[in-house]
Amino acid sequence: MSSQNAYYLQLALRALQRNPVLTTLMVLALAVGIGTCMTTLTVLHVLSGDPLPGRSSDLYYPQIDPRDALSYRPGEEPMGQVTWTDGMNLLEAHRADRQALMTGGSVAVQSTRNGVDPFFEDALYTTAEFFPMFGVPFRYGHAWGAADDSSRARVAVISDALNRRVFGGGDSVGKVLRLNGAAFRVVGVLGDWHPSPHFYDMYVGSYAEPEGVYLPLSTSQDIKMDHNGPVDCWGNGGGGPRPAHTAPCVWLQFWVQLDSPAQVAAYRQFLVNYSAQQKSLGRFQRPPNVRLRSLMQWLSYNQVVPDDVRMQAWLALGFLLVCLVNTVGLLLAKFLRRSGEIGVRRALGASRRAIFMQLLIESGLVGLAGGVLGLLLTLLGLWAVRQQPSDYAKLAHLDPTMLLATFGLALAGSLLAGALPAWRACLIPPALQLKAQ
Amino acid sequence: MMTPRPILSALRRHKIAAFLIVLEIALAFAIVSNAVYLVMGRLQRMDIHSGIDERDLVTLQISSSGNAGVPSAEADLAALRTIPGVQSASAVNSLPFTNSSWNSDFTKTPGQDATGYPATIYLGSRDLLPTLGVKILAGRGFSSDQYTDLTPATMLSAFFKPTQVIVSKAYAEQLWPGGNAVGKLLYVDKSQGQIVGVMSNIVRPQLSDSGTDPSNFYAVVLPFRVGPDLDASYVLRAAPAARERVLKAAVTKLQAMHPTQTVTKQATLSQMRREYFANDRAMAWLLVSTILALLGVTAIGIVGLASFWVQQRTRQIGVRRALGARRRDILRYFQTENFLLATAGIALGCAAAIGINVWLMAHYAVPRLPIIYLPIGAVALWLLGQLAVLGPALRAARVAPTVAMRAA
Repeated sequence: MSSQNAYYLQLALRALQRNPVLTTLMVLALAVGIGTCMTTLTVLHVLSGDPLPGRSSDLYYPQIDPRDALSYRPGEEPMGQVTWTDGMNLLEAHRADRQALMTGGSVAVQSTRNGVDPFFEDALYTTAEFFPMFGVPFRYGHAWGAADDSSRARVAVISDALNRRVFGGGDSVGKVLRLNGAAFRVVGVLGDWHPSPHFYDMYVGSYAEPEGVYLPLSTSQDIKMDHNGPVDCWGNGGGGPRPAHTAPCVWLQFWVQLDSPAQVAAYRQFLVNYSAQQKSLGRFQRPPNVRLRSLMQWLSYNQVVPDDVRMQAWLALGFLLVCLVNTVGLLLAKFLRRSGEIGVRRALGASRRAIFMQLLIESGLVGLAGGVLGLLLTLLGLWAVRQQPSDYAKLAHLDPTMLLATFGLALAGSLLAGALPAWRACLIPPALQLKAQ
Repeated sequence: MMTPRPILSALRRHKIAAFLIVLEIALAFAIVSNAVYLVMGRLQRMDIHSGIDERDLVTLQISSSGNAGVPSAEADLAALRTIPGVQSASAVNSLPFTNSSWNSDFTKTPGQDATGYPATIYLGSRDLLPTLGVKILAGRGFSSDQYTDLTPATMLSAFFKPTQVIVSKAYAEQLWPGGNAVGKLLYVDKSQGQIVGVMSNIVRPQLSDSGTDPSNFYAVVLPFRVGPDLDASYVLRAAPAARERVLKAAVTKLQAMHPTQTVTKQATLSQMRREYFANDRAMAWLLVSTILALLGVTAIGIVGLASFWVQQRTRQIGVRRALGARRRDILRYFQTENFLLATAGIALGCAAAIGINVWLMAHYAVPRLPIIYLPIGAVALWLLGQLAVLGPALRAARVAPTVAMRAA
């Protein structure tokens, strides 16, 4: 910084101290605006994140339309889940690079440790390729294999949290876990696995915590474990916790991994052919109606970021705009009050440029103070968000990107807000002001 | 009466500052009127009349999986009825404020081409409607010999082959506006049911975004008994003072009857309502605090600019006072000035408020802003402006006439 700018900095500090109430109000208004804005933008940023960076672009969610012709409207969206029959058919067709069929559930866990009462734990019933397809990290052991799926093996993969709760942590591979009264052999313990949003089964809550227990889907059906999540039926189908496999009801999610655009096109054609074939068999009654959305498209189609959060962000932006206009007004009043001082400086030879720089430094200082205070308010705001009841609340943390954005916003905002008043003030003609005095 | 002409010519010399105040008031008006409307929407949703006697009801659920087989709803209910304080007990497939429901499209004519009317299906047992406090408004309820058991095994073959249906008032009104629904036929594909009664409205478990949407009350009841094997819960009726005790006793009783099973859910309906609307409540608080902060910031802006003007015009005020203007005239001057600026801001803000609302309607489930919000918002901002300008204006009115001479 040149010595002149250092001098302006001194001047600015002195000017701000001259009217502490006005300065405080300006800084406060700016800080509140920035704090509100950054709180909501951080929540929005966290919620619209990619759950599997680097992997998500190869993951697709096929949808087909198995419903009867009742209330059929051409162009209608197909169903969001698949029936047992279709899920198994698509799974066994093996047309994708990887594929997995899954549904949520809940199981009673009986611990062998003393002092741990039986408790209910969320579970995911799925098939072997779930783990490699989503890149699920293992701390100990490994996933079960396709052979376990077909033999309905009593094997389980458990989360790190459940491992600590039931076995007290450590390598629990090979230990026995009692679920709903049946014995399961633990084959794997997961590492850090917290995809957010909970993309593979959004019906249990878009930002739900990952389940504690993962079991082969075939095994879960074998011992009649309860299903969690919506069951949509048509015709004479009915729901309940254990939908019949033949029922015209959708309650499972099916994911595929397709590694090349050619594969994607081929798989879409396969879904059309499959639907046509099922229609000719009489199972489907509607013309083929398929979708093959990528992971991120599936999230945005489901509007996984709550509307409330988006509206809050817009509201906060509007609020920041009001705060900025307010800052412009207050800075203008502050600078024009010093018309006399500015007039004298102009008369003594200060250029408009110099006056402009001096005043801009002053507004920059207000911005900096507003930014620091705004950051504190953002942290406070995020803390308040975390106390909220929504399932995404616990995700509201500031990351480095948003930290930098906060400061950028504060500085850009206040410089922008300072530019107009500074420009207006440097237009003050020297002679007139001297005369008025 | 103050004429606006001198004020307007004075403002012409402070274009930027005047424009900033107008802009700030316009933005505040546009945002606040929409935000207040959103708050009212939330409050309305939270205030929805469920149609059941929430304060008298508790619910609990027992898991169906376990070693000892599925518990029988009839045996459980008989035991629960013996608990002192329990006025009535029933099984139910789903309850309001749970987000889990059975829904189906019913049609007025048989066949697959007919228009479907979606409704929530409530099933339970004979005592369901009296337990919930739902009344039969026309026709009659089911007699006890009409009930059949619904189980996972009979689900596919038996579902919707009832001969009788009870529909909610709102659903009857949607299907046969102004007509009498009793005796009419409803279809699911080719299976037919006859409406025997119309009941008072009962809210569906999943509410739409709007608390006044009539589809919140599209419900039908079918004469089926359901039990824990279909994920049913039990709902008990007790006096509000006794309900906590009744719930505790009921949990103990069920646990004793089924030692290998777990009670998976227990709550009073009031609790469930509170939890169901927790997000709406949080959003309403957030909106209210933003509205207040926004109004505060706007007031600060007005105070700041008005004080600046008063200071700048001290000499002018002194001259006017020396020429015979009373204190009241000076006060009136600044008040009128603020009123004019606020009016311009409100006019601009009206257009912006409508613009924001149209945009919100296009992107979010927000209904049209009722026109009444505009005059209310206008009055609020006029008042805010007058309140904010009062301090600086009073200071201006205290300027002594002698200032005019001294300053020169």
